[in-house]
Amino acid sequence: MNREDFPMLKNNLIYFDSGATSLKPSCVIKEITNYYENYSANSHRGDYDISLKVDKMLDDTRCKVKDFINANSSREIIFTKGTTESMNMIIFGFMKNYLQKDDEVLITKTEHASNVLPWFILEKELGIKVNYIPLIDNKVTIDKVKESITNKTKVISLAWITNTIGDIRPIKEITKLAHDNNILVVIDGAQSVPHIKTDVIDTDIDFLAFSAHKMLGPTGVGILYGKYEYLNQMLPLNYGGGMNSFFESDKTMEFKELPERLEAGTLNLSNILAFSKAIDYLENIGMDKIEKHEKELKKYLINKLKEIDNIEIYNEGTDSGIVLFNIKNIFSEDTSNYLNHYHICVRAGNHCAKMVKDELIIKNTCRISLYLYNTKEEIDKFIEIMKGNKEIFKVIL
Amino acid sequence: MDSNLRREIIIDNYQNPVNRKRIDNKDFIHVSTRSDSCIDNIDLYVKINNDIIEDLYFDGEACAITTSATSIMIKKIIGKNIQEVKELMNNYYNMIDEKEYDEEKLGELLAYSEIYLQPNRKKCAMFPFETLKKAIKEYENKM
Repeated sequence: MNREDFPMLKNNLIYFDSGATSLKPSCVIKEITNYYENYSANSHRGDYDISLKVDKMLDDTRCKVKDFINANSSREIIFTKGTTESMNMIIFGFMKNYLQKDDEVLITKTEHASNVLPWFILEKELGIKVNYIPLIDNKVTIDKVKESITNKTKVISLAWITNTIGDIRPIKEITKLAHDNNILVVIDGAQSVPHIKTDVIDTDIDFLAFSAHKMLGPTGVGILYGKYEYLNQMLPLNYGGGMNSFFESDKTMEFKELPERLEAGTLNLSNILAFSKAIDYLENIGMDKIEKHEKELKKYLINKLKEIDNIEIYNEGTDSGIVLFNIKNIFSEDTSNYLNHYHICVRAGNHCAKMVKDELIIKNTCRISLYLYNTKEEIDKFIEIMKGNKEIFKVIL
Repeated sequence: MDSNLRREIIIDNYQNPVNRKRIDNKDFIHVSTRSDSCIDNIDLYVKINNDIIEDLYFDGEACAITTSATSIMIKKIIGKNIQEVKELMNNYYNMIDEKEYDEEKLGELLAYSEIYLQPNRKKCAMFPFETLKKAIKEYENKM
């Protein structure tokens, strides 16, 4: 849908790697230039029109993000560099002070590196224990979460949708269970917020991290959401301009209220303001419609792939628009290289979730991740090329 | 070398690589390299005595280019001394980087003479040698 809005699609390529980063519509690209050409000023500083304009647009964008995920207040929305920075702020700015030695954190082996490594470091620093919820058929089930909880469990930290297997976790049920046991819930929304409706009040999650660039927005912008009571306890990882109320030579200082306290330094203004256009764009289409479109495409793609005899599919039963596959006895990178010869972009490897190999048996796979601009016609072309895969070495060598 | 022969050498070494075996023996230096692209993963087991590569095995999961280049490298360097291996490596890297190189000394490694046409695959062709470098360094540090 809406393919004419995406300039990259004019380059004669089939883009199946939106899980890595999405393409951007013209309205987002133009807004970046618009900032630099027409109202290039810093926020929170100026006594002149264009700076006030930037302030207002920044506030509007924050409100838009708040509404998009249905948060209570725009003070709960912090602009960051991306999901990784948001996760690190949650873990080192909040959890580091909240958790104590021997407290337990539950994750899974299919989490992305940014929901694994900060916890590993905290385990070393604080002596907390990072445990894994066992997966059933690669998925998180409420029963296994229940079994994994002990009286020491203080946090459950999960991707809403994983970037490998693409399973959609039952977050609302997990959060209910967690809160009944005084456990906080951290959600990595990098692969979910762009693709399904996110409601932080309905699901009652405590923290959420996601990136603009995977949802039609520019690179270098992310969101940290936290319930006000928790966010207000978070210590800044950065101190400096924009986050302080005053500081004196006698070393007294006072910091601003949320959200500014957690946003030291000049924000990535051009891209944050352009992100606002991406949210408008997604809302105009409707997240329900986007989800339905991806589901249909995935079903279509899997049925077609199954018609080719030497293809292995690893995540047929998951609901998101992610398909993991290999050509039998062919290394995934050779397959992605083969497809690249036909201008088809897919990702090969372990997709930054390096513990997945413990769960999936197979280490490396090709990943197709679909989005709203993908079509059945593109899938047909891809299938045509895949049918010729016996010639792979003639093409790539 | 024509393209058919090049392809044949690569496929043959990819599908039937030599010395693919995990070694658990203290006489061997074990080095492992995981590529930055999160994909190729090669383990080398190198036995070096008196500066001579006496034996060499590999294990791991990698693409056709990396696997075949590893197999060819193993065949080329067993029995050579470290100085000779370094010279071979320089010569091979010169070819990959489109610089002057000595064709005579490369043998089957000439299969990658046009790898520069696919810049994203150059690192695959260099990967086994980059891994070997680590083992040589470990050996030299011990000396």
